[in-house]
Amino acid sequence: MSAAVALQPAPEAGAPAPDKRLTSTLLYVDDIKVTFDGYRALRGLSLTLMPGEMRAIIGPNGAGKTTMMDCITGKTRPDTGLVMFDGRHDLTRMDEADIAQLGIGRKFQKPTVFDSHTVADNILLALKGPRAAVASLFGWRNRVEAARIDAILETAGLLAHRARPAADLSHGQKQWLEIGMLLAQDPKLLLVDEPVAGMTDAETEATAALLRRIARDHAVIVVEHDMAFVRALQCRVTCLHEGAVLAEGSIDSVSADPRVVEVYLGR
Amino acid sequence: MTPLLSRIDRQGWIFLGVLAAACVVVPVLNLTTAPGSGLHVPTYAVSLMGKYLAYAILALSLDLVWGYCGILSLGHGAFFALGGYAMGMYLMRQIGPRGVYGNPVLPDFMVFLNYKALPWYWHGFDLFPFAALMVLVVPGLLAFVFGWLAFRSRVTGVYLSIITQAMTFALMLAFFRNDMGLGGNNGLTDFKDVLGFNVQAQGTRVVLFVLTALALALAYLVARFMTTSAFGKVLVAIRDAESRTRFLGYRTAHFKVLAFTVSAMMAGVAGALYVPQVGIINPSEFAPANSIEAVIWVAVGGRGTLVGAALGAVLVNYAKTLLTGAMPDAWLFALGALFVVVTLFLPRGIVGTLVERLGSRRARARLPGPAPGEIPPALAEEGRGS
Repeated sequence: MSAAVALQPAPEAGAPAPDKRLTSTLLYVDDIKVTFDGYRALRGLSLTLMPGEMRAIIGPNGAGKTTMMDCITGKTRPDTGLVMFDGRHDLTRMDEADIAQLGIGRKFQKPTVFDSHTVADNILLALKGPRAAVASLFGWRNRVEAARIDAILETAGLLAHRARPAADLSHGQKQWLEIGMLLAQDPKLLLVDEPVAGMTDAETEATAALLRRIARDHAVIVVEHDMAFVRALQCRVTCLHEGAVLAEGSIDSVSADPRVVEVYLGR
Repeated sequence: MTPLLSRIDRQGWIFLGVLAAACVVVPVLNLTTAPGSGLHVPTYAVSLMGKYLAYAILALSLDLVWGYCGILSLGHGAFFALGGYAMGMYLMRQIGPRGVYGNPVLPDFMVFLNYKALPWYWHGFDLFPFAALMVLVVPGLLAFVFGWLAFRSRVTGVYLSIITQAMTFALMLAFFRNDMGLGGNNGLTDFKDVLGFNVQAQGTRVVLFVLTALALALAYLVARFMTTSAFGKVLVAIRDAESRTRFLGYRTAHFKVLAFTVSAMMAGVAGALYVPQVGIINPSEFAPANSIEAVIWVAVGGRGTLVGAALGAVLVNYAKTLLTGAMPDAWLFALGALFVVVTLFLPRGIVGTLVERLGSRRARARLPGPAPGEIPPALAEEGRGS
């Protein structure tokens, strides 16, 4: 598999190239291993995700959930293993900006929005489109219609806040703004890390609804501890443990798996 | 793209208005009133103000990278000095055979140091357009190469500040050497003409002042255009959360290199306008303390406001002129105290604080928006529906 990828030329932008995809999966993670100072964070993790699929990842602290996200988004380079996106891009050899431009968006555990920008400008910066430095001085991003931004803010439930600095938003609103920014990026795959940590029950429910709506036309991976929230997502669940997949299936089968109960859910 | 004029805010218009007024009032008061009359502005004061405005351009360039992109450059004086040297080399070549040794080609210091021919890098500097180009190219190129190496390797924060400081220090040591062929210790001085006009003449001095004011206005407009564009928004995003900006797909190093290079070119122009008004450029302009002083001007005026940076440069330098006249030894203490006081009590600087005060007064007058924490109806409904 790796040898075949190494021979694969970089896809030409623009021209409708023949389909050179090696698999039909959107994301193909094969046997990745990551070691930090002797600590084996990932020990042969494998995972596949189909286009348009939503997947919840659960697992105890230190199971490797965030490290897996880091490997997919280019923040961490795995020691060995393969991460293929869309069947033709080897993500282990690309940097964060390249990967983001391929169409992988990420929401962090701690909401990170641009505090000194307004809510609308946060969306503006996230909008899909050319991102070169010179282009942003003179290009289309200076002429974006307010309606396009407002449509996204409407979905994220933040339209009334468009002119406020993002710093003034509540914790939950910041999480939604970040999800709105992901929508603006219009990625093929969204990685969402603990979106409901620190939210009230009502906010959690609203977030689950928002993610389900997004999952209608995007593939989504959600890392979360909150089992009620995971259940509300109504999707396939993967449980990680000690840097590898422990169990995978529907929420009912995974939460009934004795090994999952043992290491994660508790008796 | 919104036209540039609509991107200038109120403080920007006030700033441009003051500059325009200075361009008219100062020459009139200098040229038309009799020396000794109450309204007369002596020529030395015109040049002194010109010097302040050159410093204001330097401060503005620093604010572009520090205030908007979080790049705390402690070496911006190097770009200023390089622009100054480029101008100084042109002015040296204009002396021609009028030097003490009367050599038509070689500047005095080269004759004194037994140079037989002009070093290669002095060629072309007898032509003003070439020298003017070098004023932009030399600082710009240094900033581009330096920035490309530093930002691509993701050097940020204190480490970046330290290496910018090291850069200007290394340049200072290099320029102190006589075999650099740039006048060593003494630098370049004893200028005669600029574009055929006597640099000492009253008229030339007034024109240089006006040109400096216009260059400051232009630098402001360029910086304002950059910071109000999507480019500027990305810069601020980088300042506040660089790795997040990367995950949005922006190649942050490119943005930083571009901003740093443009900023260095502005600083070069500032240096080039400074030299003919001051009459000398020497390696002490590369001194790290100069670059740090420029940071203090920006902090005093208000970082991230552009206008504040220019104001800070003028105010601090005016204070310096007053104080070094009265108590020369006290200046460094005063400068240090100023920095501490501003950091503690005026963290947004003069202009930043004023804008904040006015802004909050206006916000209080407006109707309150939806309270934070409230769940928007659209989402709440959908959540309940599940």
